[in-house]
Amino acid sequence: MTLKNIALSNLRRRKAKAGFIFLGLLIGVTAVVAFTSLINALTHDINHKLEKYGANILIVPETENLSLTYGGLSLGGISFEMKEIREESLQNLRNIKNAANVAAVGPMVLGAIRVDNRNILLAGMDFNVHRFLRPWWTIYGAIPDKDGLIAGSEAARILRLGVGHRVVANQKELTVTGILEPTGSQDDQLLFARLSTAQSVLGREGRISMAEVAALCAGCPIEEMVRQISEALPGAKVMGIKQVVEGRMETLHHFERFGIGISGLVMLVGALVVLVTMMGSVRERTSEFGIFRAIGFRRSDLIRIVLLEAGIISAVAGLTGYLLGLGITKASIPLFAEGHGVAVPFDPTLAGGILILSVIMGLVSSAYPALVAARLDPSDALRSL
Amino acid sequence: MSYIKASSLAKQYGNNGIVVQAVREMSFEISRGEFAVIMGQSGSGKSTLLSLMGALNTPTSGTYSVDGIDVYSLRSDQRADFRREFLGFVFQSFHLIPYLTVLENVMLPLTTLKTKVQMKRQMASNALERVGLENKSNRLPSEISGGEQERVAIARAIVNEPPILLADEPTGNLDTRTSEGIMDRFQSLNSDGMTIVMVTHNRECANYARRVLQLSDGLLVN
Repeated sequence: MTLKNIALSNLRRRKAKAGFIFLGLLIGVTAVVAFTSLINALTHDINHKLEKYGANILIVPETENLSLTYGGLSLGGISFEMKEIREESLQNLRNIKNAANVAAVGPMVLGAIRVDNRNILLAGMDFNVHRFLRPWWTIYGAIPDKDGLIAGSEAARILRLGVGHRVVANQKELTVTGILEPTGSQDDQLLFARLSTAQSVLGREGRISMAEVAALCAGCPIEEMVRQISEALPGAKVMGIKQVVEGRMETLHHFERFGIGISGLVMLVGALVVLVTMMGSVRERTSEFGIFRAIGFRRSDLIRIVLLEAGIISAVAGLTGYLLGLGITKASIPLFAEGHGVAVPFDPTLAGGILILSVIMGLVSSAYPALVAARLDPSDALRSL
Repeated sequence: MSYIKASSLAKQYGNNGIVVQAVREMSFEISRGEFAVIMGQSGSGKSTLLSLMGALNTPTSGTYSVDGIDVYSLRSDQRADFRREFLGFVFQSFHLIPYLTVLENVMLPLTTLKTKVQMKRQMASNALERVGLENKSNRLPSEISGGEQERVAIARAIVNEPPILLADEPTGNLDTRTSEGIMDRFQSLNSDGMTIVMVTHNRECANYARRVLQLSDGLLVN
């Protein structure tokens, strides 16, 4: 017979009370795990997408926008004064201070063409740098020559294109040299040709619609590079992709703060449930504690019994809460993340942390009831027999 | 040579001007191996005196010593150790822990001892054997009779072989035949050298003792 046996036997006997304490802790722990792992998964997803995305700076023509509102209702806006980017102006990027950090520059021209009575977007790009800018591409076939093109998976399906097929666009015949494996992005809808070929087909020689810049180096000063490129290309709007997602990250941070607040509140309520239930349990066991004291248990022994019970329930609640929170995150992630395949991995640090948090919460909430049990006067306790 | 010694022991309860003198200036001595009973009407202070003798209550005044130890000069934890080493308690309503088996109940006083569990189990089995309940060690208290519960309470009180056994109306809830069996066990323990102090209303039970402390209104009258 040990104090642990007494604690375990009492928990087995008072299942309802133990269950209530367990539930109070479980809800708090689950909320913390669900919020934390959801935030972690979403942040990880964004970071992963950023890392996967080859280009991390976008250069687009500068435009003026006019937003239209009628009677206070926003009806969108119109773009005007769209400036053009000349292909040769990209040479200016070689002269920026951080030119050494530029891994690849990918000019791109975009324009609609008509194929088999369907409008489809043709993208002209530099295939020498595509492995830097679109490292996730898998091409079934070959990179196009000056009279060739490759088709996005969806475009190929709609236009029934295969390798070797011919496409006539604006009186120019192009041969399909490859088909892209589905990427889950807008690339699936496009046809891709060499930049000069697309410029010729679209009648936009020497001009580009946008350019992608890959600065794939650890600790690249992206913000500083954006500023330098903006100075080098006065008619262009330069955006760091990281800056574009910062808005989303900011929303995520707001959500995180909200989650911490809600979790804290739920934990507090859980702690109060534990406190009240443990107090009730101690009062109910006054005579029992009186017997323990009469047969030679010290005050510290009673404290240890109460804290052992709280610790056992808290540890079980911590582990169950972690698994439940993880399950809730997995179930709810499609509501928060775009696309599929956002991983919610087992996180030993979070699991360990939550176990410790749960046990600390259980022990702290039970500290006062344990002290009350220890302070019971044995003669008063026995009088209640 | 007195083993238990009370000098001017007094205990009063109450506040807000209403004071009850439960035990008044009581002095007595009990020798080692003596079997004494405390008798008296309800409210005469028997249970309060027993709780003072059990180091469970703090006297308002006076001193109380066992084997030369001034019990109420000890700190709380030291008094707990004293209870464990010197005293065994048998309560009127048995007061077994309902969620522990008979064997576990008997092992309770050994819980805080730094002894191997196997040894504790053996000690508890021996105590149960002494009260004739070795075959019911795995039952819960609710699964045995009242007389058997009282015997379990006695086994729990003697498991660590304390020199003193304090019993509060141990036969109060038992029929005559079972009471006789319990008193025979007390006599047997006493003949083995255990000092027994028992509170009782029952004259027949008192006949087993060599000495009677008669109380009336908190005073020792003989």
